[in-house]
Amino acid sequence: MKVAVCIKRVPDTETRIKIGSDGKSIDETGVKFVLNPYDEYAVEEALKLKEQSGSGEVVVIALGSDTSQETIRTALAMGADRGVLLKTDAVSLDPVVNAKALAGELEGGEYDVILFGKLAMDDSSQAVGTMVAELLGMPGVSAISHLEVADGKGKAEREIEGGVEVVEFALPAVLTAEKGLNEPRYPALRGIMLAKKKPLDVKPVELEEGGVTMSRLELPPPRAGGRILGEGPEAVPALIEALQTEVKVL
Amino acid sequence: MPGVLAVLEQRDGALKKVSHEVLTAACGLASGIGGAVEAIVVGPPGIDTDSVGAFGGEKLFVVTHEDFKLYQPEPYAAAVVERVKSGDYTAVVLGATAMGKDLGPRIAARLACPLAADATAIEANGGIKVTRPLYSGKALSELTITSTPCVISVRPNTFTAKENAREVSVEVIQAPDGPNAAVRARTVVVKEPETARLDVAEAAVVVSGGRGLKESENFKLVEDLVDAFGNAAVGASRAVVDAGWRPHSDQVGQTGKTVSPQLYVAIGISGAIQHLAGMRTSRVIVAINKDKEAPIFKVADYGIVGDLFEILPRLTEEVIKARGT
Repeated sequence: MKVAVCIKRVPDTETRIKIGSDGKSIDETGVKFVLNPYDEYAVEEALKLKEQSGSGEVVVIALGSDTSQETIRTALAMGADRGVLLKTDAVSLDPVVNAKALAGELEGGEYDVILFGKLAMDDSSQAVGTMVAELLGMPGVSAISHLEVADGKGKAEREIEGGVEVVEFALPAVLTAEKGLNEPRYPALRGIMLAKKKPLDVKPVELEEGGVTMSRLELPPPRAGGRILGEGPEAVPALIEALQTEVKVL
Repeated sequence: MPGVLAVLEQRDGALKKVSHEVLTAACGLASGIGGAVEAIVVGPPGIDTDSVGAFGGEKLFVVTHEDFKLYQPEPYAAAVVERVKSGDYTAVVLGATAMGKDLGPRIAARLACPLAADATAIEANGGIKVTRPLYSGKALSELTITSTPCVISVRPNTFTAKENAREVSVEVIQAPDGPNAAVRARTVVVKEPETARLDVAEAAVVVSGGRGLKESENFKLVEDLVDAFGNAAVGASRAVVDAGWRPHSDQVGQTGKTVSPQLYVAIGISGAIQHLAGMRTSRVIVAINKDKEAPIFKVADYGIVGDLFEILPRLTEEVIKARGT
């Protein structure tokens, strides 16, 4: 089984965001960057699919600057076979522009399954994977928490409000991974050593101009300081009164 | 004059609450850039669409097919794109729900147009500016849309639905037969959970539990409080989801759901930055924690310090009393 996984380099979830001096980007000083957490589920699922089928290849593809090579190496250390960096100074704010660049690389790659994380922790658009499915004219299932693949067909589950949708589809397909799909493996030392020698192609790409520009980036307004109503169960009536009279939510 | 297309969402033939929020957001947009609000809903025959005019829709397209009882990504996207191409729209607005997060990108890809997902504010004054959270809500971006049409999904519970009565004309369209043949991915069933509680992303009140509950069985105390509120859902911190106490569908925070309920009650949750990112836009936040230095108290409007095992039963009792049920 030939599987592609599209990944992204993002700030660690522990990061405290600071706004850069241009007022349109974050200050990256001291920020630790990691493989997008949802992409870890995608990489793990790709490795499992290859292992289950007994043969094949897992190709990791990232769109981004040279720094994304390190992120690709992380996925290679988990066990992926080779990497491709679609090199650009910055990804677009317009998801369809990024989706087109990735679809261009994926087209004709004869992948059985193309995986993405359900969203990237930085822009949180939750769009590019599903857009790639549309652009390639393949079935696409987003935010899957369960997957079964056999005989050129697949069945996936996706969480919706108050339920779980079960979706059946034919391969090749594009799937985006939700937390809970699997437990991603940690790269072992041996994997990290091997990853250094795995092939990583760097291909410069020219992104189209998108239809979105950043006017401003700012921190969310701080919440007004809270009020400790008291200690223990004796404070409950004061809380009930506050909810009824001050904010009227009860 | 180009208008705004509101994509409504139904479940079991009834419009979801978010549909009224989408109409309200679309009306705000239309009042800034001109044009009327038209709406489209895709689903099985017999959808109750009576409220569309009350929330500002002037024209409604109902695209139906027997096969549309469940969300079917490809034919739903085809129906909306067909409408956009036959009309003249500056923007397509839909809810950033499980359906909208899948459908929005499909529409934008098919139209090769910009998408601004999960918007928390839209400013229309000649042009369109969209506020949307980045870094899971740790920063807010203001984006300028420079090409139209564009697709905007709006975060549920953020645009308060406002009545804006209009005379609405309804056109029912039978979707072409054979979505079966052309469709490559098909939703076959929706599995419903055993308990009929609300979803954490949709409820007006969310009561979330964390490590402070000590063990999985003690979530009963959280469930009791949820039942006392009535219109509430159970939420959970990442720690207790990773420990297997609660399903991932309950998780609030950076690798879970982002919620904006009227009232968010955090019980035994210290308030890690990843959790705060998922609930800081709640209208009112209440925290109950034994550690008065816990970061959750910095974002909470009201806090009670102490043993949650003593506080929760009392709170549940008082909520029942206050609601008179």
